[in-house]
Amino acid sequence: MKSELIKFLFFSTIILLIPFVIGDGYLLNVMVFVGIHTMLAVALNLLLGYAGQISLGHAGFFGMGAYLSAILTTTYGFNPWFVMPAAAVIVGTLAFIIGLPILKLKGHYLAMATLGLGIIFYITFNESVEMTGGPSGFSSIPNLKIGSFVFDSDLKNYYLIWLFTLIIVLLAVNLASSRIGRALRAVHDSEVAARVAGVNSRLLKVQIFAMSAVVSSIAGSLYAHTMTFISPASFGFNFSVELLTMVVIGGLASVYGSFLGAALLTLLPEFLRAAHDYDIIIYGALLVVMVMFMPGGLVRGIPDLYRKIILRKGAVDNA
Amino acid sequence: MSLGVFRRGIMLFDQILQYVLSGISTGAIYALIGIGFSIIYNATGIINFAQGEFVMLGGMFTLFFLETAKLPIWAAAPTAILASTVIGLLFERLAIRPLKHPTPINLVIITIGGSILIRGLSMLVWGKDTHSLPPFSGENPIHIYGATILPQHLWIICITAVIIVLNKFYFYHTISGKAMRACSYNRRAAGLVGIDVRRMVLFSFIISSGMGAVAGIIVAPLTMTAYDVGVMLGLKGFCAAILGGMSSGITTVVGGLILGVLESLGAGLISSGYKDAIAFIILLLILFVRPQGLFGKADSERV
Amino acid sequence: MNKFLMSLLLITVMLAGCTKKSDGPIKIGALFAVTGPAAFLGEPERNTAQMVIDDINKSGGIKGRKLELIAYDTAGDATKAVQLATKLIKDDKVVAIIGPSTTGESMAVIPVVEKEKVPMISCSAGIKITDPVKKWVFKTAQNDTLAVGRIYEYLQKHKQSKVSILSVSDGFGASGREQLKSQAAAFGITILSDETYGPKDTDMTTQLTKVRGLNPDAIICWGTNPGPAVVAKNASQLGIKTPLYMSHGVSSKKFIELAGEAAEGIRLPSGKVIVAETLPASDPQKQSLISFVNEYKKKYKVEGDHFGGHAWDAVMLLKGAIEAGATSADAIRNQLEQTKQFHGIGGTFSYSDKDHAGLGQDAFVLVEVKKNNWALVQ
Repeated sequence: MKSELIKFLFFSTIILLIPFVIGDGYLLNVMVFVGIHTMLAVALNLLLGYAGQISLGHAGFFGMGAYLSAILTTTYGFNPWFVMPAAAVIVGTLAFIIGLPILKLKGHYLAMATLGLGIIFYITFNESVEMTGGPSGFSSIPNLKIGSFVFDSDLKNYYLIWLFTLIIVLLAVNLASSRIGRALRAVHDSEVAARVAGVNSRLLKVQIFAMSAVVSSIAGSLYAHTMTFISPASFGFNFSVELLTMVVIGGLASVYGSFLGAALLTLLPEFLRAAHDYDIIIYGALLVVMVMFMPGGLVRGIPDLYRKIILRKGAVDNA
Repeated sequence: MSLGVFRRGIMLFDQILQYVLSGISTGAIYALIGIGFSIIYNATGIINFAQGEFVMLGGMFTLFFLETAKLPIWAAAPTAILASTVIGLLFERLAIRPLKHPTPINLVIITIGGSILIRGLSMLVWGKDTHSLPPFSGENPIHIYGATILPQHLWIICITAVIIVLNKFYFYHTISGKAMRACSYNRRAAGLVGIDVRRMVLFSFIISSGMGAVAGIIVAPLTMTAYDVGVMLGLKGFCAAILGGMSSGITTVVGGLILGVLESLGAGLISSGYKDAIAFIILLLILFVRPQGLFGKADSERV
Repeated sequence: MNKFLMSLLLITVMLAGCTKKSDGPIKIGALFAVTGPAAFLGEPERNTAQMVIDDINKSGGIKGRKLELIAYDTAGDATKAVQLATKLIKDDKVVAIIGPSTTGESMAVIPVVEKEKVPMISCSAGIKITDPVKKWVFKTAQNDTLAVGRIYEYLQKHKQSKVSILSVSDGFGASGREQLKSQAAAFGITILSDETYGPKDTDMTTQLTKVRGLNPDAIICWGTNPGPAVVAKNASQLGIKTPLYMSHGVSSKKFIELAGEAAEGIRLPSGKVIVAETLPASDPQKQSLISFVNEYKKKYKVEGDHFGGHAWDAVMLLKGAIEAGATSADAIRNQLEQTKQFHGIGGTFSYSDKDHAGLGQDAFVLVEVKKNNWALVQ
């Protein structure tokens, strides 16, 4: 436990110092998005990596949080700081209710069901034009503010978003090394065995599903207030796939791996900017290659590679 | 007054007939794609997310052979099917077979990755434009009471029927077909009696990609073709397969037809904007209530 | 501990590799949706912008200074557009931004340019972009209000008042649909039905069957290829004789190619570029139009189209501002605002502090498909 705390403090310090290193340029703007994506990836990882349940529709919860925040604060004028938790509760409850039947499914069927769910969310965002602005998007969302201090610059948003993300990372790390975390992993390995050992697997799965939806919703609200403009295109199947890729590439069942995956996938397009037409291919190839050669994600694969190639030792399996 | 009601009744009947007819021909396409999903799933336990891309490849390859290689349609189409099958083969060899840990998560991701790759390469090679293919036998509409369909719709229905029959024949009356069925019932047992399971996997991919290509070719004259037509079609085809209980026979066809007609009726009678949502709501309902499909038997899980 | 250190190490490496610096010629930024669902907009726009800037540089630049185009591909994604706008302004230090290609992206980028005080010339049609006027935001694409007005004007002249709308459920279609609904009353039009279809839909017989039952005077379809081509074919299949009107979204030869025979007789509002040859010699835009079409064809093998024209106008407008002496973002903005009577591809532009869209009703003409080609409707 102590080592986890040290890791976390180290991580937080680096995150807090980054703006001083990279300055207030474009890169800072990208790091704000890395923060949001990390939050989302950690949430999905809890479900996917630890509990072993596939979800291809998480962009839907992200979008729900974003739209609820956007509509309630802009159209109805409620205070964003009230709306954010309220939206999270609404989304969490919805996820719980949907989770009950959906998590009875397994493997591919669950994947498809969550895919369908995500698409239904997307279509709803797109078609409810009066409320959401439809495909043209929803603009003029207010920035978050505390008193007269408005979060309207990249620097301010960076710290705001990362504050939330760091809290989520801490909670996730805590959860993973707690009894619940072990229960999750038991369910992942063999649900029947876990049940025999006394774990209420069905409830646990739904709870984690709901929790990850809550976190995604918060990420959505923060996203809405940072961008001040949202449109359904950001919440579709493509983004769900992106999230999945982040989690898989970074490393399943590794909270810091999710950060790695999120950062890599958000920063990678910057490196590939010269090859714009090719990036979709590289993206798909990356997915295929990663799953084939580094199924544990980068967070395990690279140390393995290092050991194999440089130290000429056998691969060690990290749990 | 009664004449007005009568006339409106006839008009409604015409409209519904039109919706149903349109739905049947779309449904036939969903059925073809769904059968492709089922074949692979039955032989390997894999849901091939890239199935829709083979449909796209069918149409795009045909276009390529027609326009660039200047082949006539009766040569271009089979060559396109062949080309798509080769891609299917490569996909299985390069992406599926070498997989060391074939867990559902890994398979889902690899097939998604594969579909993105295929789509990306198609975009690079053929560009992002939409293209139309000439219909097989003209565009004069055929009138059935107050509704119309095009000759291409008849082609779709006929070719789908032929494929179903061929399928049935293959799976029930040929050795390799029976071997594939054996794999789907119990892989280990099939291996024990001397069936080369890995070859069956390859065959299943070849057959599915071929069927997908056929679906793509017969529907392209109606719906035009572009590098990204595969995504939605694949998803809807999957719905059809689920409705039919993942069988490679008549139940998936019925599933596809039901999906097509319900979608069409929903769009016509309720709301056209939410049309796609209808397919997915149906999918969710079936998965929640009867995951074995409308006609299947309940599965038992082995621990 | 290993996993953790690994993540940090990798991130540090990536961040280190990401920084950039530059200086030199006048830098003009551009955000185009070259890939993705709006590629039919972004690709010709980027090609055109590059072509025009290359031309300007070849003839020595403006007052001796060359122009540098820094164009990024947003893939039609509003989030990327915002990120890249920030990059153009903060890292690349551009003095103006051309684009984005779609209304959604433009709306997302507006807060950024307003805050950073860099002028933006959008290439998208949504009226909300410049109405209400924002200090730093201009556009070259014709408002969809003008397009709708053109159609309604024609209908009113021919005493047709009952209309059914069929629009695609994306930004372009949604904007058009809004305009069609809001302007109907002013032209005495009644909207009988309001249907939508998805951008990837391949069969609209259901919606058309519904429409046929209502017996409208005209059916207006608002979308971009391939949807409207499917609509045209479906309408022909169903034997619908009601006149079909489309939007400027399909004002290209591609539409005729896709719809085939079903395209005959369809009318739509379009920028003058697609009928450039047939315009009277007295038309002030004719010269620019023909030179644009031909030059684009020479360089890119297809004809210059309506969408590439938006980028052409944007670059030329900037050129005009720079020629008048402006080289900083602020000065360029002021100069742009004073542009009057610039005969471009999209129309004749005259900006003012109250009007950052700059075009009038003459920006659109009504064209009809006759014998597989476009013809002006009088």
